[in-house]
Amino acid sequence: MRDVFIYDHVRTPRGRGRADGSLHEIPAIELVTQLLQEIRDRNGLNTALLDDVVIGCAQPVGEQGGVLARGAVVNAGYAHSVGGQQLHRFCASGLEAVNNVAAQVASGMASAGIGGGVESMSRVIMGYDSGAWVADPAVALQNYYAPQGLGADMIATLEGYSREDVDSYAVESQRRAAKSWDEGNFDHSIVPVKDVMGEVVLDNDEYRRPATTMESLAGLKAAFPPFAKMGFGRVAKERYPEIEEINHVHTGGNSSGIVDGSGIVMLGNAEFGKAAGLKPRARIKGWASIGSDPTIMLTAPADVARKALKNVGMEKGDIDLYELNEAFASVVLRFMDHLDVDHAITNVAGGAIALGHPLGATGAMILGTVLDELERRDLNTAMTLLCAGNGLGTATIIERV
Amino acid sequence: MRHIKLDKGADGVAILTLDNADESMNVVSAEWLEDMNAAIAELRDDESVTGVIIVSGKKAFMAGADLKLMVAGYETMTPKDAFAFSQKATAMHRALETMGKPVACAMNGLALGGGFELALACHHRVLSDDPRAVVGLPEVNRGLLPGSGGTQRLPRLIGRKKGLDLLLSGRSVAPKEALELGLVDEIAPIDQLVDKARQWLATNPPAERIWDVKGYAIPEMRGMIVPEVAMDYSIGVAQVAGKHGYNYPAPAAILSCVFEGLQLPMDKALSVEGKYFAKLLTDPVARNIIRTTFISKQAAEKGARRPEGVPKSEVKKLGVLGAGMMGAGIALVAAKAGIDVVLIDRDTATAAKGKGYSEKVFGKAVERGKMPQDKADSALAHITPTDDFALLDGCDLVVEAVFEDMGIKAETTQKAEAVLPESAVFATNTSTLPISELAKASKRPDQYIGLHFFSPVDRMGLVEVIMGEQTSDETLAKSLDFIAQIRKTPIVVNDAQGFYTSRVFRMFIFEGAAMLEDGVEPARIENAAKAAGFPIGPLALLDEGTIDLPVKILKDAEGKDGNLYTIERGGKVLDRMLELGRGSRKAGAGFYEYAEDGSKHLWEGLGTEFPVSDDQPDQEELKKRFLYSQANETAQCLEEGVLETAQDADLGAILGWGFPLWTGGTLSYIDTIGIAEFAKEASKLAGNYGARFAPSKWLQDRAAAGTPFYPPIKAG
Repeated sequence: MRDVFIYDHVRTPRGRGRADGSLHEIPAIELVTQLLQEIRDRNGLNTALLDDVVIGCAQPVGEQGGVLARGAVVNAGYAHSVGGQQLHRFCASGLEAVNNVAAQVASGMASAGIGGGVESMSRVIMGYDSGAWVADPAVALQNYYAPQGLGADMIATLEGYSREDVDSYAVESQRRAAKSWDEGNFDHSIVPVKDVMGEVVLDNDEYRRPATTMESLAGLKAAFPPFAKMGFGRVAKERYPEIEEINHVHTGGNSSGIVDGSGIVMLGNAEFGKAAGLKPRARIKGWASIGSDPTIMLTAPADVARKALKNVGMEKGDIDLYELNEAFASVVLRFMDHLDVDHAITNVAGGAIALGHPLGATGAMILGTVLDELERRDLNTAMTLLCAGNGLGTATIIERV
Repeated sequence: MRHIKLDKGADGVAILTLDNADESMNVVSAEWLEDMNAAIAELRDDESVTGVIIVSGKKAFMAGADLKLMVAGYETMTPKDAFAFSQKATAMHRALETMGKPVACAMNGLALGGGFELALACHHRVLSDDPRAVVGLPEVNRGLLPGSGGTQRLPRLIGRKKGLDLLLSGRSVAPKEALELGLVDEIAPIDQLVDKARQWLATNPPAERIWDVKGYAIPEMRGMIVPEVAMDYSIGVAQVAGKHGYNYPAPAAILSCVFEGLQLPMDKALSVEGKYFAKLLTDPVARNIIRTTFISKQAAEKGARRPEGVPKSEVKKLGVLGAGMMGAGIALVAAKAGIDVVLIDRDTATAAKGKGYSEKVFGKAVERGKMPQDKADSALAHITPTDDFALLDGCDLVVEAVFEDMGIKAETTQKAEAVLPESAVFATNTSTLPISELAKASKRPDQYIGLHFFSPVDRMGLVEVIMGEQTSDETLAKSLDFIAQIRKTPIVVNDAQGFYTSRVFRMFIFEGAAMLEDGVEPARIENAAKAAGFPIGPLALLDEGTIDLPVKILKDAEGKDGNLYTIERGGKVLDRMLELGRGSRKAGAGFYEYAEDGSKHLWEGLGTEFPVSDDQPDQEELKKRFLYSQANETAQCLEEGVLETAQDADLGAILGWGFPLWTGGTLSYIDTIGIAEFAKEASKLAGNYGARFAPSKWLQDRAAAGTPFYPPIKAG
């Protein structure tokens, strides 16, 4: 494979994904448009040098449908020769979009492009995308579909994680996120979002609750027992008969937050860097995607990490920082246990429990975050990974140059 | 036209009377369909006819298809045949609603299944306001779906959610609610139904269904594009899985029919419905459910096992000895059937307590509007609680339900027989004690019989009738007449240790204990039983009773020659639990821990007492162990002559101890797998887990000859 370099990345701040969220008035395409404009402007980029823009999205319907990427390319004033592509791999969409562009460059079929993701969860409600896997009776029943939150609780049950275990993970995520903001570690990559008048509507991750403590979390009610009662509990037990009763440990406080946001990463080969007058910040070493059990849906990370390492001929100890999307606390705990990875090098800047998880955008956002952390800490290698709907999982390994 | 009468009035209104020439009920049959097609063609082509009213010449409006025909589907039809079969009725309904003339039905009585589907194909429905005139689509409870338009017209008429509720529950709806739901357009007193229909016709109504009007659009037609619709189906799937598990294809097929059908124009939708129907009709589950719980059950209730030549008898006065839980329940069902009951216990206060059970149950029924107060009062007046055996004078039949002890039972028998008329039948309600032994205490062993009721008597429909060695045909006939009076379902078995139901049921709980002894994780044991379709896991069930009883029976059986009531494995588990003082829920501790808030969870100490092995078996293997051990034991009962018919075996299994309905019963289960395959797999299980699974030579010979327990049905 030919060298693929990361030249830059930017992201929007995450807005609360509700009617009172600061980004609720901003259409999804506008989030991407403003990022495309910023990455162009701050790099003095001649956009005609780009081949393609791939934007991942987990609910690519309505305003997020119709190949939003191409719409944003035109909307942002990019050269019309730049392509656009929509990509859907549920929560891994944003990262897979980066891998897609990397693959185009690595194969020599393109010299540069932008990969990223967007999700306005306040505007395109989770579930609007539906699909046969969740809603066609003939499919959903036979595939033992159960909602993800139940899967998170099943992981906790099978692995023996207590409410204290998941809550203390959540407190640490909040602490790390607060520290990142306090120390300005996100500043270089955050692009404040502006309204139609050009006024900034949001310049920080507003979902955060830095004052979170074990005590405040202990007061929250388990979120997913209603799904179990609906009948999904039986589905889960048919698939995992060793479970007597699901231990419902996940709450709004130790699960990822519903937010709006977007993130993009600019990739290209060495020639592109020269032509654009840009210095590469890192190299894409390789990636992998797998499927795992569709009922729990969240157990792919450890296995996809192993596959990605194998793909590039590395050992897990060769990775300096791991960045795994905090879909639910138990997902990260299981990953660290199964791959035997230290919490000290995992999600060092805080994760989606504190910052929020704009489904299809997260992968591109956290790839950028971990690259910033490598530079800040002067480390070399990092792996970014996400679990995704229906048991999917994606991982990408980067290395500074 | 044998089953239909047409009367054309001078006013242009034609009355189509449904009047089956051969039966007391209008039913769907091939001949009737031909009649309907002919009638529809005539009405359509006759220009003098401007409107049609369909009425019934019977007490009811119409029922569905003949279930005997449905049972044959699995063996005699390919899915294509079954599809063609369903499309005949579908095409007739479609011809009716598209013939261009308005059609009303005036329903004088119940309309269920295919009968209600006919009503749904009419442009206007008028229903009698008599509460007995219920309507509904009960097919789901027969393992089927309404295959001639029911899954399509119902949700289009009353909405997807309400439609699915009725289709998935199969419940019958009384007139008032039927009107509220929009199942019918009007309700009226029975003598005004036709007038109402005429009045509707007089308004010159359109003869077009709303779904045939150009531009008809409901949100459901866009399928999952409507997020709320997608969400509802997602939840619907969970509800179906939660309620039925994965053993019943009908509810899932109904959900699919509605989901897929509502996205299609009517003719395509009806075709999709027909395809799902064809799949169900040619699936063994529908066959199993219908054969056992409808055909065999009705036959048993109508006297399939009643000896011929004995005049029909009636119990006017019943004696019940022992006013404990069983006696009190037997008194209740008899009193409800209008039989005078003398309820005897050691003192009048104890006997009155037994009557108190009826007071409580009837009181609740009145409270819920299920029973009128005067009926409750008169039923209660039938029960006389007493300690005086002299009151047994004049009883036609006595049921003895005292403590399960040979001595006490013998003494009670003699005391009662001193007073009873010579003709009286003496029945003992025992679940395990040998009848022929107990009969030795009787002066009239030929009039002595076992009537094994199940608890709670007022809710369990089965009575296991046990013939002692000397029990006469007349005694059996009288007992079956009594069971019919109290509206229970009988099976007839011969005397042997544990009879049939207790003997085979024990295999379930002991298999659970055996699994624990084998190192299977407790949760897997309970979940496998539930996944197989049992209502409750074996360990929970052991806790609900007491372990003492099975252990006592086992101890009694030990060392006795030829005693069948022994077990290979699991006994150690029960002994140990008793040692630990964890004998039952009542005792406060068992296989489960019981919290003060009423919740329970498997006792954590089980893991230490019965170490869990590293290699846990597949769920399918555990399910098979439960099903095979009971099926094999049943086959042995048939071989030994404890059972005489497959129908008795299956009814006993389904109604007696909750063997999974989808199997149709223990022997139906073997036939469903195929007897040869069963014998092969059973031998394998015997090799892995013990001799209780080993097929006998008799069964193996039967398997080699390929002789199923139910004779094959010939096509045509």
